[in-house]
Amino acid sequence: MNRFAALLDRLVYEPRRNGKIALIADYFRHTPDPERGFALAALTGALSFRNAKPGLIRQLIAERTDPVLFALSYDYVGDLSETVALMWPAPAGAAAVAETSPAPDLPLSAVIDALSHAGRSQMPAVLASLLDRLDETGRWALLKLITGGLRIGVSARLAKTAVAALGTVMPDEIELVWPGLAPPYEALFAWAEGRGERPETLDPAPFRPVMLAHPLEEASLAALDPAGYRAEWKWDGIRVQAARARGPDGAFVTRLYSRTGEDISGTFPDLAEALGFEGVIDGELLILREGRVQSFNVLQQRLNRKVVSSKLIAEFPAHIRAYDLLAEGDEDVRTLPFDDRRARLEALVARAPAQPLDLSPLIAFATWEQLAQVRAEPAGHGAGPDAEAVEGVMIKRADSLYLPGRPTGPWWKWKRDPHTVDAVLMYAQRGHGKRSSYYSDYTFGVWTEAGELVPVGKAYFGFTDAELIEIDRFVRQNTVERFGPVREVVHTPSKGLVLEVAFEGLARSTRHRSGLAMRFPRIARLRWDKPPGEADRLEALEALLDSPAGASPSPDARAR
Amino acid sequence: MRPIELLQPTPKGLYCPPGDFFIDPVRPVARALITHGHSDHARAGHGAVLATRETLDIMAIRYGDDFAGTTQAASYGERVEINGVGITFHPAGHILGSAQIALDWQGLTIVASGDYKPGADPTCAPFAPVRCDVFISEATFGLPVFRHPPAMAEIAKLMDSLALFPERAHLVGAYSLGKAQRVIALLRAAGHDRPILMHGAVERLTAYYIAQGISLGAVRLVREVKPAELAGAVVIAPPSALSDVWSRRFPDPVTAFASGWMRIRARARQYGVELPLIISDHADWSELQDAILATGCSELWVTHGQEDALVHWAGLAGLRAQPLHMVGYGEEDGEEALPAPATESAP
Repeated sequence: MNRFAALLDRLVYEPRRNGKIALIADYFRHTPDPERGFALAALTGALSFRNAKPGLIRQLIAERTDPVLFALSYDYVGDLSETVALMWPAPAGAAAVAETSPAPDLPLSAVIDALSHAGRSQMPAVLASLLDRLDETGRWALLKLITGGLRIGVSARLAKTAVAALGTVMPDEIELVWPGLAPPYEALFAWAEGRGERPETLDPAPFRPVMLAHPLEEASLAALDPAGYRAEWKWDGIRVQAARARGPDGAFVTRLYSRTGEDISGTFPDLAEALGFEGVIDGELLILREGRVQSFNVLQQRLNRKVVSSKLIAEFPAHIRAYDLLAEGDEDVRTLPFDDRRARLEALVARAPAQPLDLSPLIAFATWEQLAQVRAEPAGHGAGPDAEAVEGVMIKRADSLYLPGRPTGPWWKWKRDPHTVDAVLMYAQRGHGKRSSYYSDYTFGVWTEAGELVPVGKAYFGFTDAELIEIDRFVRQNTVERFGPVREVVHTPSKGLVLEVAFEGLARSTRHRSGLAMRFPRIARLRWDKPPGEADRLEALEALLDSPAGASPSPDARAR
Repeated sequence: MRPIELLQPTPKGLYCPPGDFFIDPVRPVARALITHGHSDHARAGHGAVLATRETLDIMAIRYGDDFAGTTQAASYGERVEINGVGITFHPAGHILGSAQIALDWQGLTIVASGDYKPGADPTCAPFAPVRCDVFISEATFGLPVFRHPPAMAEIAKLMDSLALFPERAHLVGAYSLGKAQRVIALLRAAGHDRPILMHGAVERLTAYYIAQGISLGAVRLVREVKPAELAGAVVIAPPSALSDVWSRRFPDPVTAFASGWMRIRARARQYGVELPLIISDHADWSELQDAILATGCSELWVTHGQEDALVHWAGLAGLRAQPLHMVGYGEEDGEEALPAPATESAP
């Protein structure tokens, strides 16, 4: 447990993805089975302890500390696990024992075993005894484990990538076998380290690594023959892989996977239940109301919910718009050309019974100029009322095989031009890791009718390294107030820095003073030439929000 | 007689009416007693100053030789009188020269402890509890969540990181007076024998510590070494320098910060620290309690920090306790100076 706790503690402070992978891989390398397997289970969220809940932790600490001191401490620290870990009183006699011999380490497997098998009535004593035997970091890690969601910036995918880093197995291959595995994953580690066979996939409906597209550089279009390519809408939803097959008992198993292979069936039980085909479909998960595709903002309200209520399902009905077929029945069709897969997909969707599944249509075009027009104005070219949810077009070679990863050449994504707004830099915050000495996170605002600047978003990328240095210099020389790592910079109508901010869409938000939330904002250009007084106004953004094609770029919405 | 007749809080600091002097005044006064050299306690411009020799030296280094009209050096344990009030300086264990000031008058003893720590520190005289009727304590870490681990265990984390990343410079944020020198001394005790590099702001005070006979090994200024020597070096710098343009000369540094605040993960993360080192020159929660009880006092006054929790605890322990709501301390220099987290004050 000490080693695992130390790992979590290091991960909390490591901002870099590669740094996190190195730390986790280093832990796996130096920790024997089955300990490391339980750590992997913890990192991938595969553990849950029915009888250990935050309420119990509060109860235990209330029995051991003064309520006023606990309240003041919790208020100061702001995190229950950490407050309790720090305040937990040493058991009587512990100091004397520690003097003579350091407490023996409690294996993570023993901790998990104790927590898994304790009944509701035993749990308070079991948990208290574990907390008594651990040091501060150990207690913190234990409490993080049982309150669920370690929140240390490590996804399941990242943990699996760290397993892959032990040898030559690719992370996608681990995703393939993952559904058939259970803690402590000894076969997986043996395979990753080249000591064992690839573990058998027991899941009848496993994840297949998805094929991704490169962004199109328009200059390269001239070299491509339009006749050899197919085009589809690029939907602004969630890439989803729906796999449905018969299990060993003959009953159907349906799974929905994200593009990284995380099983998201639990988030969309309505969809998983309603699908009726047999095979594996690649498509976009969308919310459809009365046959109309809703914006990503609507879809977002269905994501990351702990409880999926029937009310939520009724309000946000999920749907799959299919664009590829990876398997039909138990036949793998990934090695067929795109056109053949498409024909099979069309037939499969056509003969499927009524279900929340339809085809993403092909877009007819003869020249790239025609496709450019379609991309610029989807509503008039077949997307109709769904145009709001179109974020561009996909271009796929007619003979392309379905290859995992992001091969260069067969598939391109050609996104619509983003919206832009000229906003004024208001606050700058220092970044993390390599950027910790640079002011690299920017809060920007636009003018209200009353002539005040109101923040409308925050961006921390889009600029070049050279531009970062320029902005950083501007921030340091034009600071009007400091709040810890944040600086407020000068932003009057005549003095300040105008940023051209590109973004993908807008939504109403009660969390922001402006009432707006921007999707995917980034710095497109620095407008040193422009006085802040000439930056955009809030009503221009509001107009964009209210326009029927809210997601379409509309340069006239700008206030210059 | 009531204690407040001997010592009372005023906007300028703690004032002693019968002796007509202040302790650690925040504004210029005619006569001041100074507990230690951190700039929120030791300010320039007083008429007469009574402090330990080391504190007077530190004030001269920071403010120039004319920092006060006249000065008088106090030795630990030696009683002097001003207008009939007995004054004795006792070691506070906070930094070099730091003192608790005990006042005795008409049978009443009050101890103003300034900032103090009971834990071991190779760079200063150890804290010694002083019997008194009223004890005046700070409460910077006056919450039960603040339990400082052994300082050598924290230094071991730094040593481990140096072994794990031998090619990366380790920037250690440490306040320039006291903490910086203590971290260097602890590294030496842990067996680190390479020259330790310093930011310019740390230089003069470190030289003073060395001149006072505290052994810190070889120390050098960052600006005087070749870039190649930065690899794998320990660099001591004031915390503000970690985020300053100055830090860009190090290609891929590990940033550490030595402070009691590092106990709280969210705080350490807010400051972009990768290697938090919980090393404090202030008493932690249980040290505060032990120190207060060891004085045998019947009354506790709390100057600054997390007063509410400490006053609440004192009440449970059967002491009369009150917060003094002193302003002006913990605002510059010293460990109390961690700025407010951004999320609390920025939009």
